[in-house]
Amino acid sequence: MTIRKLKKISLLIAYVITIYIFFPDYAYAMHIMEGFLPFNWAAFWWVAMIPFVIAGVRSIKKTVALHPSLKMLLGMAGAFAFVLSALKIPSVTGSSSHPTGVGLGTILFGPTAMTVLAMIVLIFQAVLLAHGGITTLGANTFSMGVVGPFVTYAIYKGAKKLGAPLWLSVFLAATIGNIMTYVTTAIQLGLAFPAATGGVMASSVKFLSIFAFTQVPLAISEGILTVMVINILSAYSQKELQILAIFTGKELPTTKRRVNK
Amino acid sequence: MKLMTKNGLLLILVVGLAFAPLFLARSSEFAGADTQASDAISTLNADYEPWFKPFWKPPSGEVESFLFALQAAIGSGFVFYFLGYAKGKHSVSKKDQP
Repeated sequence: MTIRKLKKISLLIAYVITIYIFFPDYAYAMHIMEGFLPFNWAAFWWVAMIPFVIAGVRSIKKTVALHPSLKMLLGMAGAFAFVLSALKIPSVTGSSSHPTGVGLGTILFGPTAMTVLAMIVLIFQAVLLAHGGITTLGANTFSMGVVGPFVTYAIYKGAKKLGAPLWLSVFLAATIGNIMTYVTTAIQLGLAFPAATGGVMASSVKFLSIFAFTQVPLAISEGILTVMVINILSAYSQKELQILAIFTGKELPTTKRRVNK
Repeated sequence: MKLMTKNGLLLILVVGLAFAPLFLARSSEFAGADTQASDAISTLNADYEPWFKPFWKPPSGEVESFLFALQAAIGSGFVFYFLGYAKGKHSVSKKDQP
């Protein structure tokens, strides 16, 4: 039984890796470029990221071991991030960037699971596409795989607690999570390159104006796309969503229907 | 509202968001945000030299866009395979338990 579970996990990882070996991603316009963080900062973010990756591997193992039927859904959440990251979209600021696509997986599987997927994505981009970098992997994973998903998760849970409808919680979570990824990138660059006048704050704002404002319309797009997928899943995959506790109480249209019939 | 109508309307919104900038900011080059960031670093700290170089770069823009299109195709292939599979499973189980 455990061997089968291990097989399933390794199949999933192999799928993710294969995609990024053969179909590398050039799109992560937000990543900090190779060699563009001073050594000490690069090392700092590496150390900061590692506990989240360990927690993420544990969380994925647990999910797949407890509910093997969710393996496909996990693969789909990964594939969703791949598609979105391949779509460089023009923005009103006159430059281009792209969504991260980690919001969907975060809502379904929790934040640390996406840390792992984001890191795998970033490694292959760095190695095969000269995008992002190995030295800046820690910083990039921290923004896209830790801050983004955790903000998404917190907003999703918070909005649901306040009684917001599912679509609104999902939209806000994915949109704001995406923006916060870019805000983090800007702060990371600001910390490493403080301006001569104004220091860390001034240069963070400068980088923010490059990354975050370009990102606003794209973040909204990501939010809408995530809502669309959740709409489809809640119509056709209620069983999986119930296992993952996406619905609570009154938002269980299927159970009701099933009971009535 | 039906699922198709709802998602159709949402899709129109996304397409609008993606294409509107092309008309709103006609004169722009739509360069990547990371290129702008490296320019900003050189103005903040002119002496900074990247201390590590990438090992490999795609040889041309054509190769790059080929890899892009392929990635989007494979990714969406899996996403829609899953969604179709879920829908099929759903309608079968509905038939089985009337």
